[in-house]
Formats: sequence, structure tokens, C-alpha cells
Amino acid sequence: MSSVPINHPGSAIEWQLPSKRRVGMSALIAGESAIFTIFVVAYVFYMGKSLTGPTPQQVLEIPIVGTICLLLSSLTIWRAEKAIEEERVASFTLWLAATIALAAAFLTNTALEWKKLIYQDGLTISTNLFGTTFYSLVGLHATHVVVGLFLLTATLVFSLFGWVDSRQSERFGVIALYWHFVDGVWIVVFTVVYLIGR
Amino acid sequence: MSDYSFPVSVTIEPTATEPALGTFLERLHGWVVTVDHKRLGILYILYSTFFLLVAGAEALLIRLQLAYPLNHVLSAQVYNRFFTMHGTTMVFLVGMPFLFGFANYIVPLQIGARDMAFPRLNAFSFWLTAFGGLLLYYSFLGGAGLFGVGNAPDVGWFAYAPLTERSFSPGHATDYWALALIVSGFGTLGTAINIIATVISMRCKGMTLMRMPLFTWLLFVVSMLTLVTITPLTAAQFMLLIDRYLGGHFFDTQAGGSSLIWIHFFWIFGHPEVYVLVLPAFAIANEIIPVFCRKAIFGYPAMVAASVAIMFVSLGVWAHHMFTVGMTSASNAFFTLSTMLVGVPTGIKIFNWIATLWGGRIRFTTPMLFCIGFLFQFLIAGLTGIMLSVSPWDWQLHNSYFVIAHFHYVLVGAIVFCIFAAIYYWYPKATGRLMDETLGKWHFWLFLIGFHVTFDTMHLLGLLGMPRSIYTYQPDRGWNFINLVVSFGGLIQGIAVLIFAYNFILSYWRGKVAGDDPWDAWTLEWATSSPPPVYNFEELPEVHSRRPLWDLKHPDDPDWEYES
Repeated sequence: MSSVPINHPGSAIEWQLPSKRRVGMSALIAGESAIFTIFVVAYVFYMGKSLTGPTPQQVLEIPIVGTICLLLSSLTIWRAEKAIEEERVASFTLWLAATIALAAAFLTNTALEWKKLIYQDGLTISTNLFGTTFYSLVGLHATHVVVGLFLLTATLVFSLFGWVDSRQSERFGVIALYWHFVDGVWIVVFTVVYLIGR
Repeated sequence: MSDYSFPVSVTIEPTATEPALGTFLERLHGWVVTVDHKRLGILYILYSTFFLLVAGAEALLIRLQLAYPLNHVLSAQVYNRFFTMHGTTMVFLVGMPFLFGFANYIVPLQIGARDMAFPRLNAFSFWLTAFGGLLLYYSFLGGAGLFGVGNAPDVGWFAYAPLTERSFSPGHATDYWALALIVSGFGTLGTAINIIATVISMRCKGMTLMRMPLFTWLLFVVSMLTLVTITPLTAAQFMLLIDRYLGGHFFDTQAGGSSLIWIHFFWIFGHPEVYVLVLPAFAIANEIIPVFCRKAIFGYPAMVAASVAIMFVSLGVWAHHMFTVGMTSASNAFFTLSTMLVGVPTGIKIFNWIATLWGGRIRFTTPMLFCIGFLFQFLIAGLTGIMLSVSPWDWQLHNSYFVIAHFHYVLVGAIVFCIFAAIYYWYPKATGRLMDETLGKWHFWLFLIGFHVTFDTMHLLGLLGMPRSIYTYQPDRGWNFINLVVSFGGLIQGIAVLIFAYNFILSYWRGKVAGDDPWDAWTLEWATSSPPPVYNFEELPEVHSRRPLWDLKHPDDPDWEYES
């Protein structure tokens, strides 16, 4: 027994498998989606069940600016992805910086909203069921934006040092995938919290 | 049979001498910083074997307390802590780490890869799981914080709200429970992601999805199920901690919160979790049964399809744990029917295993004996499961010992039996030595007898109306003799497990040298040396059928001529 039998079918097969990083991130996204689903279900379940005020109708304002910023950032990160694939590093850095600025604008928007809710309207996480579910769901999403912002900023720093080129495009694609997920979740959160729940 | 030498098992430099072992501290350091999937797999298995003994001891103390009416070995409080810790430990620190340990060790070898897709994530996941377990057991010391002597969580493994709220569970015991499971839950999530990426992206040339060994296939399915199963529990526990630390009202019934929604969230995790545990048991049986009856598995595509079907159906059955909370008739009917539907793919599997055994030249080695025990016991567990899925029957027997007997039939009769089978089967691969067969047979027969003495009679206790989670009972209920028998069976199982532990440790030094392929098996892990080198395969293998080693051993009659 020294050799593999000859003439077996397909010994010259093409063998291409999907990128393990993309698969890993997709799996993480599936798991994260389940976490968000539970928080969204809790929000919907407790809609209108608070025993005391304030209610969403009284205090919530639709965060149009923040939402536009976050949705635009999906577009800019897609441009950055294209740029790095084609080795246009300067353009990549620019689009990446734009993405970071838009994400930061979104977070600032959320921070101002929370400041108003806490100091003007007196709504905290322990005020009523609305406060508990609102801060948990929106806060969970904001936490994901912060994680994404950290990843993007690190990439920007690397790119300013000139360490990023098209060899890293697959890795950056994974971050972009995560970012699109965070964006997609916001569409769900926005719809549930600000459109249906208000 | 086992003196074939395989072209892939040659080490890179046959002349190179083994590096010196180094001092004890150097070796320990090597294990702590390792990212090798085989070492991590072994760490997982040692870790869960340790907790198997711990949680087994807890079970024996529970049974000692229940052996006689009005017994006072344990106080009511300590009894509650023990059944909580027994359940939590067995599910999260024994079942899952065992199965992920096997997955870690076997999956890369079976698909002809050098390691998992993300080796460092793998090590990170293991240490998260390990520290989760330590955190849970630290609660025995630190559970009551500064307010008194230590205690452990006593809210039951399902921790129903509002008992877990701060007003009813002061101190930190419940926080240890939630935090420990969040931490080990993230470890589990990392491992599941890793297995999925490994199976999709690391297969060797020619290993198409429909040529993968069934063990790998099922662990792949389990990992996908884990992604959407463990995460709802993590989310619910975050809510619980928000309630306990930030004054939230998720499960606070005083402020309009609902205790019912915790039950839903818990069982959305809890029922698929049963399949997360039992599918790897099926995976183990899928490997062992064909090898020891010298036939290819019957109905490979049907086995794959049935596993995927179980994954989907299991996500829609959770409320059969909740028939007594008062759901609508429509919900009761839906969850009764969906639960019965699980029986269809599971039945397909049982018939396929029987068809594999049929006409085979069965070798009754210890791993095979455990698998045959599994087949019969899992059938009975499935049948009592169908009984309990009928909601009126469940109304009568909910939270009685009938339910306890049913799920222990699954968890012990199916899963623990398969875990033992897997240890006997792959021990020679991991250590290079076989476990002792005589002691193995003693272990099997004692464990089998102990299992049936305990859990068969436990069904009767349930039918006679004994509820779960009571720390003692009055002598005039007619439960006295049966309880004594159940406890006696537990003792027999305990002795069997001690024999196993003795065999497990002793065989490492005294066992018969195994060689590369002691069972004359067909999957790739047996093509490399025992124990495998760090890099697994010198040359990455190329496969052309589901049984690559069969093709190598029988070049005149290879499998790929028959598989399309």
C-alpha cells in the first residue's frame, strides 16, 4: 500500500472553498440576529404595558438625522471596499474617514436624545417598562455601533500609517459585512421603536 | 488489518528526535497557551469529565436525601442549591463541553485539515467556557457576598421569574448563575462559529459536503443550531441582570413585567438545547455503529436530511414545556403537533441504524455496546416524549417525576451513553493506547443496570404523583420503596462511573498500544498516527468517497465506483 489508486474520477478537480473569515462573520451575524430578535420581541411584547408615564408618544422624537447618517455610512463603506479592492488607497482612506464621521454623528445624535430623555423627560431604565425596553434595545444597538466604530478607527489608523493595501481587502470586507449588519438592525429598531411603537 | 501503513501518516522528518519534555512548568505553560485543536479538545474533555464527577456526586446526594421519607441529610435550602447546580452543571459544563471537545478533536482530522479555521478563537472559547464553570462554582464561596456565609444558586436550572428578581433572591448567587452562563455562552458561540467556518472552508480536496463523515455533518448542523439557540439565553440573562442591577422591569411583575415571557425566552433556548446535546450523540453513533458492524451506514443522504429537518423542527416546539401555564387551545394543538413531528426524522434515523446493523458482522466491543444501549434507550425516551407532547397527558404529569425520568432517559440513556462510547472509541487516537476492555465491559453492564434501576422505576414515581423539586415527602404516599430503589440504582451508576474513571486514568500508562487504526475504521482521523502530530497530516489528503480509508485498503473495490 504505497500509493493512492490511479484513475479515480475527478483527480484534477477544481477545489475552491468560501473564505473562512466571511463564513465566520456570517455565522456571528446569525447569532447576533437571535440576540436582537429577543430584545425586539421583548420591546413589542411590552408596548403600551407601562403602568406609569412617560410614554413613547409623549417623549420620543424621530431621529431623522441620525438615521440618514447611519444609512449613508453603509454607502460610504461600500465605496471604501471597492477602493481598496482596486488598490486606490487615498480614496479608501477618504471613504473610510467619511464612514467614521457618519457613525460618530449617529452616536452623538443618540447621546443627545438620551440626554434629553433623562434630564428633561425624566425617563431612565428603571422608570417604567418603556424605559427598560427602550434603553436596552437602543443601547444594545448603540453598543454594536461603538464596536464597529472601534474596528473602523483602527483600520483608519493602520491606513494612515500606510499599512493597508489590496491584500487586506478581504479582511476589510469582513468589517464591512458587520457594518452592514449593524445598519440593517437599525432599520428594524427604527421601525419598531419610532414608527410602530410611537 | 491495522498493519497497513498509510502514505499520509509519515512524519515530516523521521530522523528528528522528539524534543525533550521540559520541566513540569514548561509543559503546563505549553498546555495553557496552546492553540492546537487536539490539545484544546483534550482540555475540553478533561474539564467536562471533572464536572461530570462533581455533578454526579451532587445527584447522589440528592438521591441520598430522597431515599427515605422525612430524611434530613440535606436541608431544604441546600437541596434546592444542589438540584440547581446539578442541572446547570450537567447541561452547560458537562454536556456541551464534552460534545464540543469531541468536535474540536475530531472534525479537523475527519475533513483532512491541519487545524480549526480560527485556532486562537478556539483557545479563547475554551478558556471562556472554563472560567464560566469556575465562576459558577465560586458561588458556593461567594454567593451571598458580604452578607453571610456562601451559598449557590437555588432557583432551579430554568430560573423562573420572578423568583430570580432581587426581592426574592437577595445576595449574589443568582448573579453568579447568570454571569457564568453568559460567559460560557460566549465561549460556546465562539466554538460554534469556529466549527461552521472549519467545515465550510477547511475541507481537504475532494471532500464535498455529501462525502463528509456523518459525525462532521451533524456537528456542523449542531453548530448552526447553537448559533440561534444559546444566544436567546444570553439575551434573556442580560435582561435579568438589567433587572437585578439597573432596576429594570423585564420580569418584574410589580411594575407590569411578565414572568411568562422569561419562560418563553428560556425554553426558546431550552428545547433546541436538547437537540444541541443529542445530535452530537447521534453523530457519535453514526461513526461507531458502521465501523463495528463492518458495513457502510445505511441511507447516508436520509441521515443528513433528517438531521437538518430536526434542526428546523426543534426551533418550533419550545412551548411544550409550558402546557400548564394556560395557553390557547390553538397554541396547545400547534405545539403538540410540532413536537410529534420531531418523531418523524428521529424515527428515520433509528430505522437507518437498525438497517445498518442488519446483516452486519457485529463486533461487541465496549464502544459498540454503549451505542446499542443508546439505540434502545433513545427509542424509549422518544416514546415517552411523544406521550408528554399530548397536552392533556402533560397536564396530568407536568413537573412530576415522569418528566424527570423522560429527560434523564434522553440525557443519560442517549447522550451520556454515546459520550462514553466516544471516549472508548477515540481514546486510542488521542493517547496511542486502548482503554481496558474488561473494565470497559464492567463499566457498561453496571452502568446499564444502574441506569434502568434508577430511571425505569422513576417513571412509576411520576405516575404515582410525586412532583419534582421537593426535598422530602410524607411516608404515607406509597413512594417509599420506589424511591429507595431509584437511589440504589444511582449508587450502582456511581460505582460504574468510578470504574470508568479508574480505567480512563490507568489506561494512559498501562493500556495496550493501539497503533494508527485499532478499529479498522474508514474515516481520515485513523489515517494519521496515534496521537497525531501537531500538523495532523504531512500531505493534505485527497478523498474520492465517503470512506477514504476503505479506498486505500481495498484499491480493487473502492467506494467511489458506487457513489455518484
